[in-house]
Formats: sequence, structure tokens, C-alpha cells
Amino acid sequence: MTDPLFEYLCRMGDNTLVLSHRVSEWCGVAPVLEEDIALANTALDLIGQTQLWLGLAGEIEGKGRDADTLAFRRDVWDFRNVLLAEQPNGDFGQTMMRQYLFDAWHLLQLKALKGSSNAQISAIAEKAVKEVTYHVERSGDTVIGLGDGTEESHQRMQKALDRLWPYVGELFVSDAVDQALSAKGIAPEPTSLREEYDTAVNAVLAEATLTRPDSDFAHQGGKTGVRHTEHLGHMLTEMQWLQRAYPDATW
Amino acid sequence: MYAQMIKSTGEGVKSLEDMDPDERAFQERINAGGKIEPKDWMPDGYRKTLIRQIGQHAHSEIVGQLPEGNWITRAPTLERKAILLAKVQDEAGHGLYLYCAAETLGVSRDQLTRDLLSGKMKYSSIFNYPTLTWADMGAVGWLVDGAAIMNQVPLQRTSYGPYARAMVRICKEESFHQRQGYDIMMKMAQGTEAQRKMAQDALNRFWYPSLMMFGPSDAESVHSAQSMAWKIKVNTNDELRQKFVDQTVPQAHYLGLTVPDDDLKFNEETGHWDFSQPDWNEFFDVLKGNGPCNVERLEARNKAWDDGRWVREGLLAHAAKKKATHLAAE
Repeated sequence: MTDPLFEYLCRMGDNTLVLSHRVSEWCGVAPVLEEDIALANTALDLIGQTQLWLGLAGEIEGKGRDADTLAFRRDVWDFRNVLLAEQPNGDFGQTMMRQYLFDAWHLLQLKALKGSSNAQISAIAEKAVKEVTYHVERSGDTVIGLGDGTEESHQRMQKALDRLWPYVGELFVSDAVDQALSAKGIAPEPTSLREEYDTAVNAVLAEATLTRPDSDFAHQGGKTGVRHTEHLGHMLTEMQWLQRAYPDATW
Repeated sequence: MYAQMIKSTGEGVKSLEDMDPDERAFQERINAGGKIEPKDWMPDGYRKTLIRQIGQHAHSEIVGQLPEGNWITRAPTLERKAILLAKVQDEAGHGLYLYCAAETLGVSRDQLTRDLLSGKMKYSSIFNYPTLTWADMGAVGWLVDGAAIMNQVPLQRTSYGPYARAMVRICKEESFHQRQGYDIMMKMAQGTEAQRKMAQDALNRFWYPSLMMFGPSDAESVHSAQSMAWKIKVNTNDELRQKFVDQTVPQAHYLGLTVPDDDLKFNEETGHWDFSQPDWNEFFDVLKGNGPCNVERLEARNKAWDDGRWVREGLLAHAAKKKATHLAAE
């Protein structure tokens, strides 16, 4: 097995890399100017976190790969982000629902990581938790505002929730990597975050007048890299194009 | 500034003696370097001209997000992506302050947006050119932001207070944008053969459109004379264009790139660079809607606005419900 610590750092970094890319796709075409600015803020925070997580992953691996090499020179099967992060933007409602479902988990994850036995991880989490506290506040408010807005906005948000809910479960699946790290006090057991997540999400969905889907069926394969969705390959095609087309160049 | 061909009253500048007392007091205040604030009396023409000028500038910031947004998802490193995204975000912010400045003159942001989307109001011609390679991100920062700064720096002293203050903030950010553009060009110009080729190609395509940003010669224009008397325009288009060429040519040489003008020559007598004028027919075509990207740019803005309608309505409806619950509770 690959070093579980490297694997874990790629999971954190690939989540923020892939999600920041998705959010950045909104640049210049958001529903209102204030949202353009806010979406860019979120994407910028996530890019910054990516640099830290993947930078540390490269350091731990010790093979001379830096954050950019990891981001721009790996193919789909080496990516370790959850499937939720790579889901397409859809309409603004789907984008904000994806953001909220991710942010609510991300915040709990980072809060737990602040107490990591690994000092570098704890330091990154300390910085990121401040940013993500704001992300979840904003995405939660938007889910509430649109869920409890007009008939149309309500319907669109319910549809987004139904569409994305099957990707939530993967955030809480535990595997050998998680077990190895939680045994050393480096990272939390994913299952341990579920209860608090459900409490927070249920409260927001209730205020948004949205109905949580009955089934907790969970698609899996992102964080292990075993089976991503078809969407990731297209994203990488665009994201990695310059680095792949001009491998000798520095930018 | 990204305003071009702004029409003023078209009547020429009145002498102080021909003005009524309000107008005379207004003009004397401007002549003495004073600022006009939103609640002060102002001639109707001053108000209308400023709305056109600030509105066009704001629209340019908004539409200007598109050619650079075109490369955010293809930026070659995480750092370049973050810098570009932050720059485009600044432009949205500039649009926001400028719309606010325009609102102090009695026009709403929604009205200005409708006028942009219908094609009634214009934005700078430069944003109707496509960005085709990564080097274009360098060229846009270096040349387009460079030209914008030339115009905006003097406008920090413009007579209308809210506009002058918006400009102070914008100028700080624009000079950072220009530096990041030049930094991309340096990296490209000192890079591989393919990168050098991209850099030269970007300069070739953006040179003349950048010179057009200042607008055609306005030395004889009654509109410009009035705007200058009101200090909402500080220099003539030709003065600024010359200043831009004088600043930019040595930078191009430093990069080892060739400015695409065979007649470019340093004039020892004047101390300035002599250069060829851009093709003004092309400029007027672009203003008429026939630039390479006019249709796509307006389509993109209209689509964003139309697709976002349910979001704006939903959030407003929610805010109204909250307010109603709040009032009922009191």
C-alpha cells in the first residue's frame, strides 16, 4: 500500500483542487455581481488550501513532486477527491448545494484536524478552518434563501439536493487509510463525524423547507481513486492542458 | 478608464459670463480644484455625461471579466490560477464601486445593466478581442491594464468626488494587475521557443487594439472640450496614447519582443516615439458591434443575467419573508 499519510494528504488536496476548479468555472457569469465576488473568494481559499495540502503530500512522498506536479501531471486514477467535488456545476442551485454539502463536512473535518498529532497538518487545518467557517455560513444561508424563496427556487434546490445526496455518504466511509491515520491520532475516523454532520445539515434543510432524501445510498470510488465519474477526465483535460502540451516550459 | 467616445452636451463650452449664477458657481468651484458631491447642484449635462462615462467604465469591468475568465480553468500553475482569479475578482469589485458611484447620480444599477444587455450602452472596444493563448493573459495585463492606468491615474483628481475616490482605489489594484501581466510576459519571453512565439503573437494581436483604447484623436471634439472644462476628462486622447507608447516601447524591447509597427522610431527632437495610428475603420466596426467577439460577449452577459433570474428572485422573496416574520414578531 502507498504511504497512508501521502494518500490522505492527496485526498484533502484533491478535494480542494477539484472543487476550486469547479467553482472557478463560474467566473464572470454568476447571477449577480456580489455572487461573482463571493464565488471567486471561495475558489481562491480552496486553491490556497490545495497548495498547502498537495505541497505537504509531495514533501512526505519525497520524490521531488511539488503541488503543481501533483495537480497537473497525474491522471484520473491517481486523483483521490470524493465524487461529490467533481460533480458538474449544473445551475447555481446545484453549485451552492454541492458547496454546502461539502462545506458542512469540510468544517468538521478541519476542526478535528486542528487536534492532529501531526504538527504540519494541524497548522494547515488551523488556517483553513477560518476560511471554511465562512464558506459554510455563506453556502448554508444561500441554500436556506433559495430553498425558502420562490416556488421555482424551492423546486430547483430540492432537485439539486436529490441529485447530489447519493454523493454525501462517501465523505463518511472509512477505509484502511483512515484507520491507519486515526490509530496514530493524525486524522479523525470519518464515521465519527456523521452524527454532527446530520444535525447541522438537517437544521439547514429544515429552515430551507427542503426534504432530505429517504435513501442514504452512497456512490463510492472517488477517495480511493478506484472509480471516478466521467466528469473528472474532462476537467483534467482542460486544467492540465498547458502543462501537458508544453512539458518543458515553466510558467 | 475604459470609456471611449463619450458624448457630452455637444454644445461647446460656455464662458463664465454666459452662465447663470448656479452654473457659474459650479464651474468656479471646479476651476478652483474643488470636488462636486452627490447632493450638490450640478448642470444636467454634467450629470448625464458622467452617468455615460462611469456607466461605460463599469460595464467594461464587467464584460472585461470574460476574456480573462476564458483562461482561469486553463491556467498553467496553481499560483497563476489564483493570481488570475484574484484579478478578475478585483474587476468585479471595480464594477461594483463604479455602479455605486453612478448610483449617486440618480441612476440604478439595474437600469445600467439593462442598458448594457440591450446594447444601448457600450463597453470598451478592447474586450471584443479574443484571448487565444496563455500569453494573452500577459498581454492583457501589461497592455490593456497599462492603457487603462494611463487614463485612470489623472481621473483620481476628477471633479466628481465619488468617481475620484473610486478611482483611487481602482488605481492601486490596476497597477498590481499590470505588474502581474508583465511578469507573465517575462516568463514567456525568457521561456522556450514556443513560449516566445506565443508572447510575440500576443503583442502582435493586442498592440493596435490597445492603442485604440484611448479613442480617436479628440483634439477638435466639442464633447471632449466640455468634459475637460468639467474636469471629468483630464488629458486628450492623443496625449495619453503618446504617453502609453513612450512607456511601453522600452518595456517591449526589454522583453526582446518586436512592436508590430515598421514606422516606430524614437524622435530625438520631440523626445517621444513616433508610431503608426491604428486602423480607425476597424475601431468603428468594433463599436458598431462587428468586433471579433461582440456577439459572444453580449450573449454571455445576457445568458448569465437570464439564468440568474430565479436566483435573484428567490433570494429577494426569502428576504421579504424574513422581514415579514420579523415585523410580525415585533
